[in-house]
Amino acid sequence: MSQGTIELRGVTKRFRTPDGGTHTALRDLDLTIEPGEFCAIVGPTGCGKSTTATLIAGLEMPSAGEVLVDDAPVTGIGRQTGFVFQNDAVLPWKSVVDNVAAGPLFRGQTRSQAYGKARDWLRRVGLVGFEDRYPHQLSGGMRKRVALAQSFINEPRILLLDEPFSALDVQTRQIMSDELLALWDVVRPSVVFITHDLEEAIALADKVVVLSAGPGTVKAVYPIDLPRPRKVQEIRFEQRFVDLYHQIWTTLRDEVQIAYERQTTGAA
Amino acid sequence: MTAATVSPTTATTTETKHSSARRRRKALVYVTRLLICVVIFGGWQLFTQIGLVDKFFFGQPTEIVNQAAKWFANGTPYGSLWTQIGVTLEETAFGFVIGVALGIVFGIALGRVQFLAEVLGPFIKVVNSIPRIVLGAILTVAFGLGLESKVLLVIVLVFFSVFFNAFQGAREVDRNLIANVRILGASRTQVIRQVVLPSAFTWILASLHVSFGFALIGAIVGEYMGAQRGLGLLISQSQNTFNPNGVFAAMFIIAIVALVAEGLITLLERRLLAWRPPVSTNDNTGI
Repeated sequence: MSQGTIELRGVTKRFRTPDGGTHTALRDLDLTIEPGEFCAIVGPTGCGKSTTATLIAGLEMPSAGEVLVDDAPVTGIGRQTGFVFQNDAVLPWKSVVDNVAAGPLFRGQTRSQAYGKARDWLRRVGLVGFEDRYPHQLSGGMRKRVALAQSFINEPRILLLDEPFSALDVQTRQIMSDELLALWDVVRPSVVFITHDLEEAIALADKVVVLSAGPGTVKAVYPIDLPRPRKVQEIRFEQRFVDLYHQIWTTLRDEVQIAYERQTTGAA
Repeated sequence: MTAATVSPTTATTTETKHSSARRRRKALVYVTRLLICVVIFGGWQLFTQIGLVDKFFFGQPTEIVNQAAKWFANGTPYGSLWTQIGVTLEETAFGFVIGVALGIVFGIALGRVQFLAEVLGPFIKVVNSIPRIVLGAILTVAFGLGLESKVLLVIVLVFFSVFFNAFQGAREVDRNLIANVRILGASRTQVIRQVVLPSAFTWILASLHVSFGFALIGAIVGEYMGAQRGLGLLISQSQNTFNPNGVFAAMFIIAIVALVAEGLITLLERRLLAWRPPVSTNDNTGI
């Protein structure tokens, strides 16, 4: 029985750069995410946050070390995995309901099963009445809901979100965060949520992982003991939230500083 | 309350002002277009009439119309005019469909399979840089005066324009979209059918406008080089009998066929690309 434990052991990932050199995105990264746990990964720009997600998804293979899901090494895209991308990745030539039904159809379910489920999930994300629209006819927030429904409909054991809300305005982002938590509560996958926004990370997660400036490795892990259910818009005013923010920020700040200096001095 | 009742009225008056201004502008555009036609054809008629331009070489609008009317009413030396149009269209359509299909298949295959692209790339570049219309001469000799030689020439012309667009389209597919559907569970063929093809289709459809033009050119040049029927034959025979009006009449008939086909392709494009956000260009440009 698959549970959704994610384990990264001594993971290093190098990329070939166009000029023939190599770029090390991650170095000796160790991280474990328990079944059903909501883990947020924060870190400065270019620290390999997104690479971590693509490795767990099986879109890329590590150069060294191991990525394990339920004790089995990841060798390709797993059927238990869902992935919400930073940019819109819904198919622009498919209507909303066709987009959401795509996963079950790819996985061999009948049309009536797939579309029944799709309508069900569209109701859950509040898109009833928009089934036949094309993505370009929706707002950014609504497109994100389509993307969430598209991923959740497969009931993944592992859900990877790579800065999913970074293109949205602040208010929409908070509303979407609440909706994500509600959906997560229904399916309860293990979540890896990549973000550069520490507030968002603390408000959502059970555990916040701070990565060092690239090549990324785990600098610190903070358990977030805020009670659930949480209201993302309001939780930031609680004293415990402020304390945690302060504590994690002191760690993150140094890394952000290093990354910033590298960028401004032009060293890659 | 007063403000609320006042503002919509001002809004509608400005709106009507705007729309009437737009209508006036549109009328002006049409009138100007008409004027240009009058100047061109009127000038043509006038200059040939007074002998400033020799109508033996350049024809004359009224005689072109007469020639076309005569063809319509009495037929051409090779059968009715409709037969000629039909033959040319048949060659164009066959060649166009086959050329487009081949262009799409090869374009997508080379766009997706790096090995094929590397092996065949130079050959395609070489063949593309040859003036392919000259192949018509060989094709006519090898395949005779019938349908085959024209269809083959049309295929050669259409293939490359579609091929390059399909190739480009298949390469420019958003990597995120592919990653997304693969994670959703799509197989390799499903990725091609549901992501690569629809994405490349915007590019392919754009090439159809140009390639239909090429198809017509191919058919007509093929007929011109040797045929027993068709509009191209009408042109070459008119030329041989020193009848410029015949050449122009055939040219205008071809232009009408091309415009109708262009309209049909635009309709097809609108239907197939309904998912795209409307392009916010000024539809008055007319190009």
